Amino acid sequence: MTSAETIREFTRKHLKKGGVVLGQCLTAVGWVGGTVPEMREEDGLIELSISDVSNGGEAVGLALAGRRPIYIVRYQGFQCYNAALIINYAARSKAMWGVPCPVFVRSIGMDGSGPVTGGLHHSIFTRMPGIPVCAPMTPKEYQKAWDHFLSHDDPICVSEHRRAFPINFEMRNSLHRKADLTLLAISATRLEALDALKILEKEGVVCNLIHLFWLKPFVVTKEIKKALASSRYGGLVLDGDFEDGVVKTIAHDINSETGASMHVLGLEERTAGYAPHLDNPAPSAERICETVRKIVRKQTSRKRAMQ
Amino acid sequence: MKSLHKRTKNLGHIQGLSRKFSKKISLEVFKRMCISRNFELKVKKAYEEKSVKVPIYLSLGQESVSAAVSVAFPKPYIFAQYRSHDIYLAYGGDPLALADELLSKSSGCSGGMGGSVGIQAPEIGMFGHNGLVGDQVPIAVGFALGTNKKTLAVLGDGAAEEDYVLGALGYAVQRKLPMLFVCFDNNLSILTEVKIRRSWKIAEVARGFGMDAVDIADDPWVIMHHIQKLQKKLPALINVHTVRHLWHTGTGIDGPPEWNRYEMVRGELLRLGYERDVVRIEKAAEVSTTAIWDHALRGLK
Repeated sequence: MTSAETIREFTRKHLKKGGVVLGQCLTAVGWVGGTVPEMREEDGLIELSISDVSNGGEAVGLALAGRRPIYIVRYQGFQCYNAALIINYAARSKAMWGVPCPVFVRSIGMDGSGPVTGGLHHSIFTRMPGIPVCAPMTPKEYQKAWDHFLSHDDPICVSEHRRAFPINFEMRNSLHRKADLTLLAISATRLEALDALKILEKEGVVCNLIHLFWLKPFVVTKEIKKALASSRYGGLVLDGDFEDGVVKTIAHDINSETGASMHVLGLEERTAGYAPHLDNPAPSAERICETVRKIVRKQTSRKRAMQ
Repeated sequence: MKSLHKRTKNLGHIQGLSRKFSKKISLEVFKRMCISRNFELKVKKAYEEKSVKVPIYLSLGQESVSAAVSVAFPKPYIFAQYRSHDIYLAYGGDPLALADELLSKSSGCSGGMGGSVGIQAPEIGMFGHNGLVGDQVPIAVGFALGTNKKTLAVLGDGAAEEDYVLGALGYAVQRKLPMLFVCFDNNLSILTEVKIRRSWKIAEVARGFGMDAVDIADDPWVIMHHIQKLQKKLPALINVHTVRHLWHTGTGIDGPPEWNRYEMVRGELLRLGYERDVVRIEKAAEVSTTAIWDHALRGLK
C-alpha cells in the first residue's frame, strides 16, 4: 500500500463515520493525487469557495461542531492565508477556553513551482503553541499521524510532500559506530539524503541518517543522541522549508541537548522565481553532498590548525 | 466624499410598532437592556478604580441591539467578538462569571484567559473570541455547516470589511445555512468613521450575495420586527446603526452620544403606560448588579 492509498483509506473510513473533508477543488482531476476517495458531497466531502482565509475559519467551525475535519490545502504556500484562523483560533481554543478544536490540516507541498506554490512552509505552524506538526513520508507514518489525531483533541498540521504519495516502503534510520556526520532529514529531503549517503560513502565520508517525523514538539531522542555521539563533525538538519524556520529550532534543540556542532540546509533565504535558474528547490542529493564536504573540510582544517 | 450612509436614529422606523409587541416582550427587552447597562457602568467604575486591570471593550449604548436580538432570536449558538458583554448577558450568561473574568479570576467565564475580549459561555452556546476582528464569522459559518443548527454571528462595522467575513457570508448563502448575521454598526473603528473606510453598505453586499438583509437603527422593536420576518428565510443579515457611548477600549468619553437609545426606549415605555414596571425593572437591575459586583470585588482590595 502506498502513502496515497493509506491516506485515501483512513479518509474514506472517516467519512463513513460522519467526519468531513474540506478543501478547494478536491474533486478536480486526480482527487488530490489520489489521496481523496471519490465520494460525494452527501458523504461529507465539502468543496469550499476560493476564499482561503475564511475557509480556514470554516474548518475551525466544523471542528467546534465535533466533525473532526480533514482540511486539505493543496499548496503549502497558501498557508500564508489558510493557516491564519487555524493557528489563531484552533491552536488556542483548548488553552483559552478548554474547548478542543481538532482539525487535521493536510498541508501539501511540492518543489519547483515558483514563489508561492513551491517548497514547504510548515514553519508557519511551528511557531505557534497548541498545534503539533509532523512530516510523514511513508504509509506507516501517515497512519501514525492519523492515529495521533484520533487519539488526541488538538489540531495537527501534517506537512506533506507530493513525493510521498507513491512511496510504498518504510524508511529506517541508518546508524554507524563511527561516522563523520549525522544527517537529520525532514520530508522529501529524506529521499535526497538517501541518495547523498551512497555518493558520500563512495568518497569515504560516512554519515548517519535520522528520519524526522515530528517537527513539533521536537524530542531529541536517545537515537539522535547516540548518532551524534558517534559523529566526528556533528550534525546537519535538512528541510524543504526556509533555513530561518523550524530547521534552526531543531538544530538548536539538538545542540542544547548534545553539545554537538549543528548545521542546517533548507530553502535559501530568497524568493524563488519561475524560471528554472531562479528556482529555490529543496536540498538535492548533490547540494547535500556539497554541504557535507564543506563541513568535513572545514572541521578537518580546523583540527589540523589546532594540532 | 459621497456618503451612502443614512445614519439616523430613525432609520427604518415603523410608526406605532412598539404597540404591536406585547407588554411582556417589551419589558423583557428593557430588562435585558437595564442589566447590560448597569453591568457596564459597574465595569467602568471598577476599571477607573483600577480593580479591573485588563483592557475592556464596553457595550454601553449598544444594549438595545443585543437585548432585542436575544428576545427575537432565542437559543442560537453564538459567535460574537470582542465587544460582547451585552450579548453574553442578554442571552443569559452568568454575570458573576463575567465580573470574575474581568477581574482576572480563575472563576471567570474563561478562567481569566479571555478577559473582556474572549468571553464564552458553553451553557448558553456562546463560543469564545480570540481578538482577531471578524474571525468569528467564518468560524460560525463552519459551525453551522457542521451542525445545521441555528447560529448567530455578531460582528461590527469594522469586521464587515474583513475579506474573510465577506467570503464567509457568500459561502453561508451558497450552503443555505441557518444563520443570522448581526452587524453592530457604531460607525467607528476606534475613531475612524465608516464613510472614511468604505463606500458600500454591508446590507447591500449581503443582498448582492443573495441574502435577505436590512439596514436599520437600534430601535429594539424595529430589530425584532425584522428578525421575525428574516428568520423564516435564513441566512440573513441585519446591519444595526447604534452608538458606542465610550471609547473603543477603556472608559473615556469624547462627548455626548449621537443618540441615547436607552432613554428613547425608556420614554417609549412610559408613553405606553408602563411606568411602574420600568421603575421596578431599573431598580431590580441596579440592585442585582450591585450585589454581583460587591461579591466579585470582595477580598480584592
